[in-house]
Amino acid sequence: MTKAFDNEMKIEFLSKSQNEAFARIAVAAFIAQLDPTIEEIADIKTAVSEAVTNSIIHGYEGKVGIVKLVCKIVQNEVFIEISDTGKGIENIEVAKQPLFTTKSNLERSGMGFTIMESFMDNVEVESVLGLGTKIIMSKKIKTNSSQEITQEMDISEDNSKELINSGVRGEE
Amino acid sequence: MKSTFYKKDKQLVFEMEEEIDEYSVQNIKRRMDNEIQRYMPKEVIFDFSNVSFMDSAGIGLVIGRYKLIDMIGGELRVANVSSQIQKIFEMSGLLRLIPIECKNKKEVQYD
Repeated sequence: MTKAFDNEMKIEFLSKSQNEAFARIAVAAFIAQLDPTIEEIADIKTAVSEAVTNSIIHGYEGKVGIVKLVCKIVQNEVFIEISDTGKGIENIEVAKQPLFTTKSNLERSGMGFTIMESFMDNVEVESVLGLGTKIIMSKKIKTNSSQEITQEMDISEDNSKELINSGVRGEE
Repeated sequence: MKSTFYKKDKQLVFEMEEEIDEYSVQNIKRRMDNEIQRYMPKEVIFDFSNVSFMDSAGIGLVIGRYKLIDMIGGELRVANVSSQIQKIFEMSGLLRLIPIECKNKKEVQYD
């Protein structure tokens, strides 16, 4: 079977929360080659933001570390891997529960994994206490008639950010 | 973020314009709490018209302010939320506590 499209990128950045926006915008720009809908872009950006926040806030707990992000495109599917070498998750099943948080005093909602799971097709978590956490998630970009809408809007490099920022409104 | 206090109705309106994530929330939170404590409003409105992105940090932001506003006897309303952000609020169960109004009703049906 031949692959219609294969591509990959990697970035590494310090565990500073300023970089959350950088990470999700980098992924959004990279996957633009698949002509995703505005909604698909927004879903993926939100999931990336949640995973990166988890690494920064929970993995490294404010200490400086490196967050690694790998994004792959295989045919019309996007695979995103976000990993840290922070403290790891004690119990993954418990951490995935909606509203579970170890930091409720800091106004954390405990919705990170729930959002990742509902916005992506698949989310896998690997974690070893003291060694770090890796989140692998994937989403298929649909190639159907809804694509026509995005094609009309011509997501070029210059206006892609504006389109992404305009949210689903752009589909009018 | 722009905030306006309408004396007559004791109404405080925040026009949010930032992308709402873990990073931006730290700053927004502090400014909002200061304004709320300064004016002691009867009603607070978060206008999301210009918010293009929000992750789960936004849930914490709204819950935290809701608690403060409730404590001083005020009411909170969240207005003009995009359908993407509405999905996040729906997941959190926040809709049971706080009126959150979508920008365009038709867009909700789109999902």
